[in-house]
Amino acid sequence: MRGRPLPRGDPGYGVERREARLAWWLVSPALAAIVLVALFPLVWTVWESLHLHDLRMPWLGQPFIGLGNYLEAVGDERFRAAMGHTLFFAVVSVTLELALGTMLALAMNRAFRGRGLMRASVLVPWAMPTVVSGLLWKFMFDGDAGIANAALVKVGVLDQPLVWFIRTGFAWVPVILADVWKTTPFVALLLLAGLQNIDASLYEAARIDGASAWRQFRFVTLPLLRPAILVALIFRTLDAFRVFDLIYVMTGGGPGTSTEPIALYTFNSLLQYLRFGYGSALSVIVFVVTFALALVYIRYLGAGLTETKA
Amino acid sequence: MTGEPGRGRWATVAIVGLIAATAFPFYWAIVSSFTPESRLFSAPRLFPDTLVLDHYRALFTEREFWVPIRNSLVVAGTTTAFCVAVGALCAYALARLRFRGKAPLLALILAVSMFPQISVVSPLYLLLRALRLINTYPGLILPYLTFAMPLTVWLLVGIFRQLPAELEEAAMVDGASRLRTFLEVVIPLALPGLATTAILTFVYSWNEFLFALSFTLGPERQTVPVAIALLRGQYQVPWGQILAGSIIATAPVALLVLAFQRRIVQGLTAGAVKG
Repeated sequence: MRGRPLPRGDPGYGVERREARLAWWLVSPALAAIVLVALFPLVWTVWESLHLHDLRMPWLGQPFIGLGNYLEAVGDERFRAAMGHTLFFAVVSVTLELALGTMLALAMNRAFRGRGLMRASVLVPWAMPTVVSGLLWKFMFDGDAGIANAALVKVGVLDQPLVWFIRTGFAWVPVILADVWKTTPFVALLLLAGLQNIDASLYEAARIDGASAWRQFRFVTLPLLRPAILVALIFRTLDAFRVFDLIYVMTGGGPGTSTEPIALYTFNSLLQYLRFGYGSALSVIVFVVTFALALVYIRYLGAGLTETKA
Repeated sequence: MTGEPGRGRWATVAIVGLIAATAFPFYWAIVSSFTPESRLFSAPRLFPDTLVLDHYRALFTEREFWVPIRNSLVVAGTTTAFCVAVGALCAYALARLRFRGKAPLLALILAVSMFPQISVVSPLYLLLRALRLINTYPGLILPYLTFAMPLTVWLLVGIFRQLPAELEEAAMVDGASRLRTFLEVVIPLALPGLATTAILTFVYSWNEFLFALSFTLGPERQTVPVAIALLRGQYQVPWGQILAGSIIATAPVALLVLAFQRRIVQGLTAGAVKG
């Protein structure tokens, strides 16, 4: 933004109006696409969510039922469980990713050799389809004689092979490992960019003042890294909250529905049970929660975000 | 820091650990994709003694795997071409022109890029069904615009802002119109950035799963991620083929990203980030 529009009497006014008109011409195709495929559907989702709309029972029509679908969700055991699973997955995976990512970023910042190899090993897991990373980890943990079981038995962690995907609770292990494996390097990359912006003379000064390595990290690195951590945290949490691909291919939400996240339950409500009204209400809930998360982060963890974005 | 060799050691250990941890699942997947089915789960060996091409061959002869590859290329390619062309116009206006409503527009685009995809599956499904576009290419490309368009615009705004404004101003002083300046001065300068943006958009579109799963019905229009996720055997999971398909699905994006790694890292960390 470069200042306010000129008043009508100003000689530059005509030029400026022409520029604004051109701008809207340039913007309109992309804007039209966004309105058509994102905003309009979003409004439609809200509309659907206020109706009973079951594709299996077309004779019921689509009566308006107000907040009926939302009330059903509140009382729906499976919905509440799905929210719980999503929260669990998000908290555990994002915590691990940020902790490991910070350590890796610090290491990468110090490394002088092997930068190319490092960058490659960061980028490839990030760039590959999530479906593929899920399948790779599922394969490693599958069956009695999968590599994970074989290794864990050999090292002595397990007495006998574990059927990871059938026992409630255990299925989370490969799922979270797969997510951490795929995204930690990328978190590290974001944080590395933040680290490289920190003025080296600050460490110099801290050292002269006799600050230990830990205190340097705590009082120089961490505060200055906050904007980068915030960006990573926002994007990772939002991603974790809408997790779908990974769990769809690894557990299908199972055993039972014990790993079913909210996005998968919504998908099932829509395309398996064909309950479009109810599924849309779930979609709206996912949307509202995601948006609220983003706002809360930006509000409480610092105004620094907009500055780093500029 | 060179004065403290002892403290650099843990960094080296961490880096080696990272590279090993990243590489091992790949190594294992590649090795296993060449291992005969009967030996996949009988005492895994780190260094296999027999390697066969069976799984890759079966994928193309029995499963017609070229169909999903073609579908993915068409869908991701079209989405990318359209988004970069249309997004460049929009991004240039947002980066350089003065007009009312610019800030809300940028905010809108950022907000849409954070949309959970699942929240628009139901209306898009009903819309595509009404238009008879379920299980067609346009029926995938249109939904893909929901994430690809904001991503492209957001990345390109950053790229156009970084270009030196002096050259454009000089061209306009010489009498070139804004539009001509854009086409003849800005676009050539921004080519590397446009290429990076195209690659990122292609990668996201190639990898997309939820929409491709929701809006296709059968193998005719399934994309590669959907095809490998839905590979089923008659009696057991066809792991060999799934892994071979996974390698094929990863190869193009991995090669693209590796070939342009420096620029992609810059593009991703320069502000516009989509994990």
